[in-house]
Amino acid sequence: MNKNYVITSWGILRRGSVIVNDKIEPVQENNLNFADLIKSLFRKEQISYPKFFKMDNVSKLGFLCAELVLRDSRVAGRYSKEETGVVITNSASSLDTDHIYQETIRDKANYFPSPSVFVYTLPNIVIGEICIRHKLNGENAFLISESFDPALLKRQVDELLDHDRAAACLCGWVEVLKDRFEALLFLVEHAERMESDSEGAQSRKEFTVENLTEIYNKQG
Amino acid sequence: MKPVYIAEDHIITALGFSAEETITRIKENQTGFHVINDWSLTPSPVPLALVDSAELDEKFTKVLQSRFPEKTAGDYTRMEKMFILSIHEAVRGFGEDIFNERTLPVISTTKGNINLLEAETGRQFDPQRLFLWDMARVIMEFFGFKNKPLIVSNACISGVLALSVASRHLQNGAYDRAVVAGGDILSEFVISGFLSFQALSPEPCKPFDIARNGLSLGEGCGTIILTTDPSESTGIRIAGSASSNDANHISGPSRTGEELAFAIRNAVRESGITTRDLNFISAHGTATLYNDEMESKSLALVNCSEVPANSFKGYWGHTLGGAGILESALTIHTMKENMLFRSAGFSEIGVPEPVNVIREHKTAQVNNALKIASGFGGCNAAIIFRKD
Repeated sequence: MNKNYVITSWGILRRGSVIVNDKIEPVQENNLNFADLIKSLFRKEQISYPKFFKMDNVSKLGFLCAELVLRDSRVAGRYSKEETGVVITNSASSLDTDHIYQETIRDKANYFPSPSVFVYTLPNIVIGEICIRHKLNGENAFLISESFDPALLKRQVDELLDHDRAAACLCGWVEVLKDRFEALLFLVEHAERMESDSEGAQSRKEFTVENLTEIYNKQG
Repeated sequence: MKPVYIAEDHIITALGFSAEETITRIKENQTGFHVINDWSLTPSPVPLALVDSAELDEKFTKVLQSRFPEKTAGDYTRMEKMFILSIHEAVRGFGEDIFNERTLPVISTTKGNINLLEAETGRQFDPQRLFLWDMARVIMEFFGFKNKPLIVSNACISGVLALSVASRHLQNGAYDRAVVAGGDILSEFVISGFLSFQALSPEPCKPFDIARNGLSLGEGCGTIILTTDPSESTGIRIAGSASSNDANHISGPSRTGEELAFAIRNAVRESGITTRDLNFISAHGTATLYNDEMESKSLALVNCSEVPANSFKGYWGHTLGGAGILESALTIHTMKENMLFRSAGFSEIGVPEPVNVIREHKTAQVNNALKIASGFGGCNAAIIFRKD
């Protein structure tokens, strides 16, 4: 396949760095902890979405990163709702929430398993939350790798785009475990579908393993 | 795109330690459920389809001794034992080259070694084994696979999605073979969670039945080997696959079934057939009120209400990350034997759109089959098996 795919928008959310399309986002203070960073971003983006507060930390982080990546991209207008796929990876699956759920059943005398916690003990729930928010009905996959693996993402997304299983794909890495957190999401599209659209042309990058790695290594 | 064939399969279910054993029990109309009243597993008594632990340990120990006499069975978790035993049985007929760089290993699971969160079991293992990639590493090292495994953890569609992703990697020539293994074990973690959802049936589940009252959990593990080499083929191939998302609710199925129907249409289109060509549907059929309703609507939307369908969950329960592999394996055997298996637990239809639920085991030519799955997070998947 000689098709040409481009990263049209991307975002990084980690301690001390919030970057969207090469621009460092002004967040009140640097080095905010997870809860404060999430709160501050949620307010700054002026998101009205009550369901956000029910989400676990993996979903909150992935949801916010998707907001940053998709806010200017007009994906909804350019593609039909079945055309956008979502492929997300991480290392810890849902272990962050698994530990919280296990606490609710640890003590037989104080047993309070909660369905609203249990539902988040699956890593792909963050895909579901992003799909609900942005009305995306396309292909899904949640894959696990020990560390951020750009070759894995490249392979998965190419297979969706090469055979028109998707026209665009939101892909990346959403990892939360205790006080560690890191999200990177990339919107990948066909270059030829972008030619008439000059807006944001400077920040586009070819969808290659090298470019994914370069973006991953950026610090705020 | 290269054709991708089924070369081999092996399954471990509550009904047996191979597809043949499981099918023998199915033909005798046995199911794998027992009411379990054990606080270490479930806070209230429910029917569960458990894999026999003594037999698992015995069979695993034999395999371990033949390969690594210096190791002890205690080095492996219950989940790892199932994966290793199932892969071992599936690769038996192949040479050592099945582990080489032309083979893609794929692991499908939702919770892997989640029982290591329990204090007593957790003490016996490095907590790193809770990470799915570390569990997969233990399995890979046992066999000496050259490639890193692809690990799919996508709720209850994991198994179908794993077959879909693996078949695509073979279609484009990236690999010649894939060893796709999927499984989950039952633990207090999973059972208490489904109980908290009030999703578990007090009696063995009754997919599509008017009196269905929730799902029954099971455990198991299976392996399906895919190949692009026609000489290794069983004559059945993966002809198409697709996934979709409801974008509606994280724990409730779609109200319309349109999104699962969308995945079915895409998989059928890729297969070069039409839904009229389907001879059998292995439904997700969890027996929750809403799942089975949604599936009936999806099947109606793609004009499949008349196609004979069953849910294998009536035999061995909902096996989560293993379900797509185990149910696909039985779909493959349905095609090999040209034998439609009765949908256990079913007597009277109870879904809004008609579904042609199989009432008795019967012989029938099965050339084209559809396997579907749906799960938490609003995900759906469909895969088409064809016999040429």
